[in-house]
Amino acid sequence: MLQVKNLDVFYGAIHAVKDISLEVGDGEIVTLIGSNGAGKSTTLHTISGLIKPKNGKIIYDGTDITETSAHKIVEMGLVQVPEGRHAFSNMSVLENLDLGAYTRKDKDGIEKDKEDVFKKFPRLYERRNQIAGTLSGGEQQMLVMGRALMSKPKLLLLDEPSMGLAPLLVKEIFNIIKEINDQGTTILLVEQNANMALSIADKAYVLETGRVVLNGTAAELAASEAVQKAYLGG
Amino acid sequence: MNMGSFTQQFLQQIINGLSLGSIYSLIALGYTMIYGIIKLINFAHGDIYMLGAFIGFVATTKFQMSFLPALILAMVGAGLAGIIIERIAYRPMRNAPRIAVLITAIGVSFFLEYTMILIATPQPRTFPAVFSPTVYHFAGLVVNNQQILILVSALLLMAGLTYIVNHTKAGQAMRAVSFDPDAARLMGINIDRIISMTFALGSALAAAAGVLVGIYYNSIDPLMGTMPGLKAFIAAVVGGIGILPGAMMGGLIMGLVEAMVSGFFSSTFRDAAAFAILIIILLYKPSGLLGKNVKEKV
Repeated sequence: MLQVKNLDVFYGAIHAVKDISLEVGDGEIVTLIGSNGAGKSTTLHTISGLIKPKNGKIIYDGTDITETSAHKIVEMGLVQVPEGRHAFSNMSVLENLDLGAYTRKDKDGIEKDKEDVFKKFPRLYERRNQIAGTLSGGEQQMLVMGRALMSKPKLLLLDEPSMGLAPLLVKEIFNIIKEINDQGTTILLVEQNANMALSIADKAYVLETGRVVLNGTAAELAASEAVQKAYLGG
Repeated sequence: MNMGSFTQQFLQQIINGLSLGSIYSLIALGYTMIYGIIKLINFAHGDIYMLGAFIGFVATTKFQMSFLPALILAMVGAGLAGIIIERIAYRPMRNAPRIAVLITAIGVSFFLEYTMILIATPQPRTFPAVFSPTVYHFAGLVVNNQQILILVSALLLMAGLTYIVNHTKAGQAMRAVSFDPDAARLMGINIDRIISMTFALGSALAAAAGVLVGIYYNSIDPLMGTMPGLKAFIAAVVGGIGILPGAMMGGLIMGLVEAMVSGFFSSTFRDAAAFAILIIILLYKPSGLLGKNVKEKV
C-alpha cells in the first residue's frame, strides 16, 4: 500500500532522514520506533507532503506522491494524525470533527461517521460542545484521532499517540488503534513507547539518527537483544 | 459651554465618531485577517482602500453606475487585486523571514500609490454625489444620510463577514489555517486557496471603505490610503491583531476618540491622539484589548 524508497530529508542544514526505505502492506500495522530525534516524525511529515524530500520516492497505492501537495494526499485517503497538541484548540470538539471531514461532501455519511467516532470515543460525545483547548491531554489525543477518522482514511499515519499520557490511557488508545486496524484501515505508527508499539504491530523499523538500523516482524524485534537493551529497558 | 450644549456636542461627536470609526473598522478587518492567516502586516492594505475608491470613482463617473453596483464592482476589483498581489508578491516569500515580507509589503504599497499617480495624476478627484445629501435634525443633533449610509453599509458588511467566518466551511477552514497551518493541511485544506480567499475578502472590505469615504468626503487621491491605513492598523492593534471583533471594536474606538478630540479640542490634534492610543496600548496591553497574552511557540 505504501512504499518509501531511499528517502533523504533536510531541515535547513540538518540531514534529518538518511536513505530511509520502508514498506507498509495492505491491512498491516507497521511501526517506526526510535528515540527522540531519530527522524520518525520527519519521515511521517514527508509522507504526508508537509515537507518535500531532497531525494527518494514515496509510492502510495501505486501512485508516486512524492511531489503531490499535502491536501491532495489527504483526498487520496492517506491521512496523518498529528500529536495531540495539534487539535484546533480554539474550536469545539464538533467543529474539529467537521474539519476532519473537510474533503467530503456526503452529508449523511459524515453524520454516520461522526456517530461511529462518538461510539469509539464516548468521552468526546460528552464534551462535543466544549472548546478543544479545555480537554485533557488524553481527550485531545482522542480528538485528533477521531478527527482523522472523519476523512475515511485508507492509510492512517499516527505520530506518537502515547505522548504524555498516563499508562492506563495509553492502553486504551492502543486498543482503539487495534480496533481501527481490524475495521480495515492500514496503519503506520510512530512511537517512542516501543513496548506498546511492538505489542500491536505486524512489522517494525528501528530508526537511529535518521537511519533504519533494524527491521523485521514485530515479534522478531521484540525478542532481539539489541532492541530490548536500547528501547525496552531489558 | 453649559451642560445642555455639552451633552449635545458629546452626542453629536458620537454620531460623527461612529460613522468615521466604522470606516476604520472595515479597513482594520483586512489587516487583522491577513495578519491572522500569514502573520503579515500588509502595509499595502491602505492602498487597496485607495484602489477601491478609484474603481468606485470610475464606475460612477465613466459608467454612470449607481451606488450599489459601483460598490460591488469596487469590492470585486479590489478583491482580485488582493489575490494577484498575494500571488505575485507575498507567496514566493512564504518561508522568508518576516522582516523581508514586511519590506515587500511596503514596496507593494509604494508601487500601488505611484502607479495610480502615473495613471490618474496626483490631482485629487471629486467623487460624484451619488446621493444628494439630506440633513436630518432631531433633538438638536445633526445627522446626514451619508453618515447613515456609511454606518449601515459597514454594519451589514461586518455582519456578512462574521457569518462567513463562523458559519461556512470556507470560514471554518480560514480559522483552522490561521490557528495551525500544518494541521489544516492535514485536514485536506488547500491553504493557498484559503489565503487567496482571505486576501480577497479583506481587500473587498477595504474597497468598500474607500467608496464610502469617497461619497462622504467627495474627494479622492492616490495617496489617500496612507493615513487611514495607518489608523486602521492602529485600530487592529488596539483590538488585538488577528481577532475580528477586536478590529471592529478598535476601529470604532479610534473613530470616537478622533471625533471627540476634534470636537472638544482641535481637529489638528486628532492624528496625534490616534498615535497616542497606539503608544498607550503598546505600553500597557500590547496584545490588544481583546487579546490574550500568549507566548510565542518555539
